[in-house]
Amino acid sequence: MEQNNKQKWSLALVSLPVIIWTLIPVIWIFSLAVKPQANQADNNFWPRGFSLDNFELILFGGASDLFLPALLNSIIVGLIATTISVILATFCAYAIARLNFSGKKMILFVALAVSFFPVISLVTPLFDVWRSIGLFDTIPGLVIPYLSLTLPLSIWILSAFFQQIPWELEQAAQVDGATSWQAFRKVIVPLAAPGVFTTGIITFFTAWNDFVFAISLTSESARTVPAALAFFTGASQFEQPTGAISAAAVIVTIPVVILVLLFQKRIVAGLTSGAVKG
Amino acid sequence: MTTITERPSRRKALTDRARQERALGWKLAGPAFIVMLAVTAYPILQALWLSLFRLRLTDPDSREFVFFGNYQVIFTDSLFYSALLNTLIITVVTVAVELVLGFAIAMLMHRIVLPRRTLRTIVLIPYSIITVVSAFAWLYAFRTDTGFVNEWLNTLTFGAWNTTFDWFGSWAPSMTVIIISEIWKTTPFMSLLLLAGLAQIDGAMEEAAKVDGATFWQRLFRVILPNMKAAIMVALLFRALDAFRIFDNVFVMTRGANNTETLSTLAYKQTIDRVEIGMGSALSVVLFLLVCVIAWIFVRGFNVDLAKGRN
Repeated sequence: MEQNNKQKWSLALVSLPVIIWTLIPVIWIFSLAVKPQANQADNNFWPRGFSLDNFELILFGGASDLFLPALLNSIIVGLIATTISVILATFCAYAIARLNFSGKKMILFVALAVSFFPVISLVTPLFDVWRSIGLFDTIPGLVIPYLSLTLPLSIWILSAFFQQIPWELEQAAQVDGATSWQAFRKVIVPLAAPGVFTTGIITFFTAWNDFVFAISLTSESARTVPAALAFFTGASQFEQPTGAISAAAVIVTIPVVILVLLFQKRIVAGLTSGAVKG
Repeated sequence: MTTITERPSRRKALTDRARQERALGWKLAGPAFIVMLAVTAYPILQALWLSLFRLRLTDPDSREFVFFGNYQVIFTDSLFYSALLNTLIITVVTVAVELVLGFAIAMLMHRIVLPRRTLRTIVLIPYSIITVVSAFAWLYAFRTDTGFVNEWLNTLTFGAWNTTFDWFGSWAPSMTVIIISEIWKTTPFMSLLLLAGLAQIDGAMEEAAKVDGATFWQRLFRVILPNMKAAIMVALLFRALDAFRIFDNVFVMTRGANNTETLSTLAYKQTIDRVEIGMGSALSVVLFLLVCVIAWIFVRGFNVDLAKGRN
């Protein structure tokens, strides 16, 4: 589309409020994290003064035995749930993309239906069953319900990715003299890998973001970051944990934001593939 | 007549091949499908069964079959209706605002030239932030002791706004903050879905309308919107069902205080705080059925074709 300079600049101007609106809470949580304790409640958006006390409290101080295990749990649970989902979904999506069999539409439909599932509906029965079979407050006790979030998402996104792969290239490579293993390894894997990787990232975010299962099915030892944040308390009953929560929020936000920024294009493609063809 | 003799053998050959392909297909797709059903269908059936009992974990001996007793309690309790109303208000308001806001941002991202990459990157940030973190950020922004919002409103209104206004002291302001946090966090998703729909519209069509002298609004309502109806409907469905199960923001900000309970937090309280497994299960079943009804209304009423584009 042709645009003259005036239009170009007016659009740039319009994007300014969007950028400000998006960044305000992000800057704000950073600001709270670096505000010294004395300035915590000064109602200023920008910090007057700078201190790393909150980060110290979280990483080495009194709150570290709450935060660090939670961080570890979040990473472990997220990675296990992601690995299981992506492996199962890769086989499933391969079948949906390449084979013609009755029931594949049904599989996609069920995946979609499951992803609309109200998460809290699973909590009550799982809470009851997990307590009686000893899965309450354990890593597997979180991984299993996480599959209900991550598996349908992986199936849906991977199917969309795989449907765009030009599978004929595999045969073409074989015609050119490659063995079927070579054709798979040198042609198909490089084509499929970005899709699998992107699905892994989106799936991991979903598990990483979960709050409902995390607070309902854990009490201490398997608690993940979002749940731990909600149960942070100040040093005394009358001291707000504002700074500590903000510092923890900053620490868990930075790596994820960097990942999203690095793989922005692919993540957008993955997120929208479920809804719109293309 | 010859075709009759030919047909059975041809059909059989096809069936054999189709059967093989189907067997392989299910072998590959089966495990994922079974696991997916096992982690959802089994719990919901369990909930259905448990919902027929009066069952409190602290007092397991009193387990008693009450048939639809729990449902009767739910549907005669005003707490359920206020939670339902709150959930519906949050769903309708967030989805409506996000549709307009998300569409505006999608249009902007579609046309912008100058900070194109920067804008697309920044818009994605809320998506990558944990919902609980977003809830805390907005909670602290609006709170009287830590927040800046009252100060800013005071400045903007030249001192008319009271800086001690307690956003979490009553129903309407609390709901407003909950809705703001929800909108901030999920608008990027909405605008990305709408952007994907926008990108599919043939630019020539809009150009032609422009040449014919159509104004911006005419082009918007006569050309752009009708051509991305499917994308809009899918985005609305995704977001409506997501907003309907809102939990994180409410839990972090109010824990249901000032009558801000939603269906999800109500079910959580029954199950986890009060360990009323029977009642919690009944609420879970009701919530599940409500989600089914909403999905059905979209798919039937608005003719959303979810499988569109794939076969």
